[in-house]
Amino acid sequence: MVDVPKPEELIKVDNKPPAKGWMDVPPDISAGKYPYPAQPKSLKYLDLPNPRDWSPLDDDWQLPENWKEIVHEGLKERLDKYRSLKVFMDTCVRCGACADKCHFYIGSGDPKNMPVLRAELLRSIYRNDFTAAGKIMSLFPGGKRLAGARTLTKDIIKEWFSYFYQCSECRRCSVFCPYGIDTAEITMMGRELLNLLGINIHWIKDPVSNCFRTGNHLGIQPQNFKEIVEFFCEDIEEITGVTINPSFNRKGAEILFITPSGDAFADPGTYTFMGYLLLFEHIGLDYTFSTYASEGGNFGLFTSAEMMKRLNSKMYAEASRLGVKWILGGECGHMWRVINQYMDTMNGPADFLEMPVSPITGTKFENAASTKMVHIAEFTADLIRHNKLKLDPSRNDHLVVTYHDSCNPARAMGLFEEPRYVINNVCNNFYEMPESTIKENTFCCGSGSGLNTEEIMETRLQGGLPRANAVKHVHDKNGVNMLSCVCAIDRAVFPPLMDYWVPGVDVTGVHELVGNALVMEGEIERTTNLRFEPLGDTEGDSDE
Amino acid sequence: MLLNKLLEHKKKEIVKKWFEIIASTYPNDTAGFLKKEKDSFANPVGSTNIQGLGAVLDELINGPDRETITSFLDPIIRIRAVQKFTPSEAVSFTISLKKIIRDTLAREIVEQNLEKDILEFESKIDDLCLIAFDIFMGCREQIYKYKANHVKDRTLKLLQKADLLCEVPDMDSDITPRNF
Ligand code: SF4
Ligand code: SF4
Repeated sequence: MVDVPKPEELIKVDNKPPAKGWMDVPPDISAGKYPYPAQPKSLKYLDLPNPRDWSPLDDDWQLPENWKEIVHEGLKERLDKYRSLKVFMDTCVRCGACADKCHFYIGSGDPKNMPVLRAELLRSIYRNDFTAAGKIMSLFPGGKRLAGARTLTKDIIKEWFSYFYQCSECRRCSVFCPYGIDTAEITMMGRELLNLLGINIHWIKDPVSNCFRTGNHLGIQPQNFKEIVEFFCEDIEEITGVTINPSFNRKGAEILFITPSGDAFADPGTYTFMGYLLLFEHIGLDYTFSTYASEGGNFGLFTSAEMMKRLNSKMYAEASRLGVKWILGGECGHMWRVINQYMDTMNGPADFLEMPVSPITGTKFENAASTKMVHIAEFTADLIRHNKLKLDPSRNDHLVVTYHDSCNPARAMGLFEEPRYVINNVCNNFYEMPESTIKENTFCCGSGSGLNTEEIMETRLQGGLPRANAVKHVHDKNGVNMLSCVCAIDRAVFPPLMDYWVPGVDVTGVHELVGNALVMEGEIERTTNLRFEPLGDTEGDSDE
Repeated sequence: MLLNKLLEHKKKEIVKKWFEIIASTYPNDTAGFLKKEKDSFANPVGSTNIQGLGAVLDELINGPDRETITSFLDPIIRIRAVQKFTPSEAVSFTISLKKIIRDTLAREIVEQNLEKDILEFESKIDDLCLIAFDIFMGCREQIYKYKANHVKDRTLKLLQKADLLCEVPDMDSDITPRNF
């Protein structure tokens, strides 16, 4: 036989990972695998503990001296405060139904991204510190492990940092858990505890502190916010010939409109903003913008209940100051989780506002009776249903559209049909992705909950794979070339995600589609869409 | 060619073993999941691999045409390029095909005196590995581009917003250099 080196000798890679228990596998905290930590100035501005310069690559994370006590007390306080946390800690039977439902697990293959193991990261400490079984079992050698308990160490803190920031708090896992255990809430608690030690990330704390000061994530000041919107109006005038003069901080307006600031500064969200402006002009809505409540997003949700409350209250304070009747909210994802799930107990009920009623159709939005805040997809769907919009869907004929259910509007408020109803009325080619990947089963974009930062692009691409895979399916099968959504984070993170996994698919907000289809009174013949792309151009179809 | 016929005949078995190799590059629990879950939407990594490997093997037997084989290999490497693999770990499964084929056809190789054909086929696998490496690098470059663009776009927008940029204004035709 010819003497050739054996193939496996040519390249010596042992790619079998060691079969260890999960507690023995350390997290990979190397460059590119962790989000950058928050700057001390943001923490100081927000009165958060332990501001310092540090790096996750450091051996010593400069924790406060009594860090163990802080975590123990912090967990105790939260167990007392939130019954749900106690239930989630106690009830998991480790059936594994959630294990393979997390997009980060599916995309990374890392077992600690199984929701059940993510929860165990915290549960193991809970068992040790707070349960009789954990305490008794720890008297025997190896007993702790048997009980699934472990003593808190600094390495465990590092592990928490790694894995609680590989969870986008999307709640997909909870849909499959027979007990309704919501690992997103466990992640939220984990992050709260880390915050007590001064372990937080830049991409969340920077927007939070900006939001606290100027009212929006980027720190856009009132005059700039106004300029940006006016700039959109100039573009709209050029495209449609229609002049729009929106008002800012106008007292006595009927409605306060709040949308994520991402729509104001990041393409393609900006076109969605133009869509809102056109819609409101079309129906002659009496509304105003606030230059302080210039942010619908609330990264406080990704920090702590307290921070979420602080940022949420700004919207209601502005509504009260301006004396509006109710609030209309734009296409945001997590803002709606805050409104629909937490606002009422945090800052509500907003009794100083009125029950939202559409001034155009008279529809009472009783679902928003307490929060007084209506989702724009509901509002627009109602307008269309009452035949109040003049639409030419053929202007969107070059698009073959699918719809991504953003996690929060879908799973935290059950908004499934309204966006679809709107889309189907403003464009002619719409295809659904497979049932197991939409509506309450929707796959996350992989970048929610403050993870949309570029240094962890690989993690985001892993997490976005299941979503992209379903888009690829309709792209290949039905020629889908446009992914629509109602979330500003989606609009920011899908373009690179699509470029990597499904080139040839672009991203749009639903109200950009609306804006393009609206036939405005007195408009000139449109030759381009809101992106200044020539109308009737079929480029989008053929670039696959 | 006899070897090709044999490969065609044993294709299913070879692809299965090849997929096992890929699955074994993940932790045990995950390997089990990748093999077990048949719904391609619940298990995109498993289904992309199993489909891709079959198509690649087909093309190796019947071609290979570089472009076609790249298109089949790309989705597999694209996934590995974002996961926790070093470059060599990401592409080494291609080379494992050599051992799989030699093991699967061990008897036939001796009996039918196929050593020369096997060596020829193995050089196709060497090419496959090089193509895999090209794809891997392409993917990594794409990822770096996203990271860089993000910073660039953001900075540009901020500078524009703060009115700190003094860009060359659009010029009307009457002040183009020709007219001076
Ligand atoms: S909430 Fe979402 S990201 Fe977090 S563990 Fe569950 S499925 Fe994964
Ligand atoms: S599905 Fe629920 S009970 Fe089962 S392992 Fe997951 S969290 Fe535990």
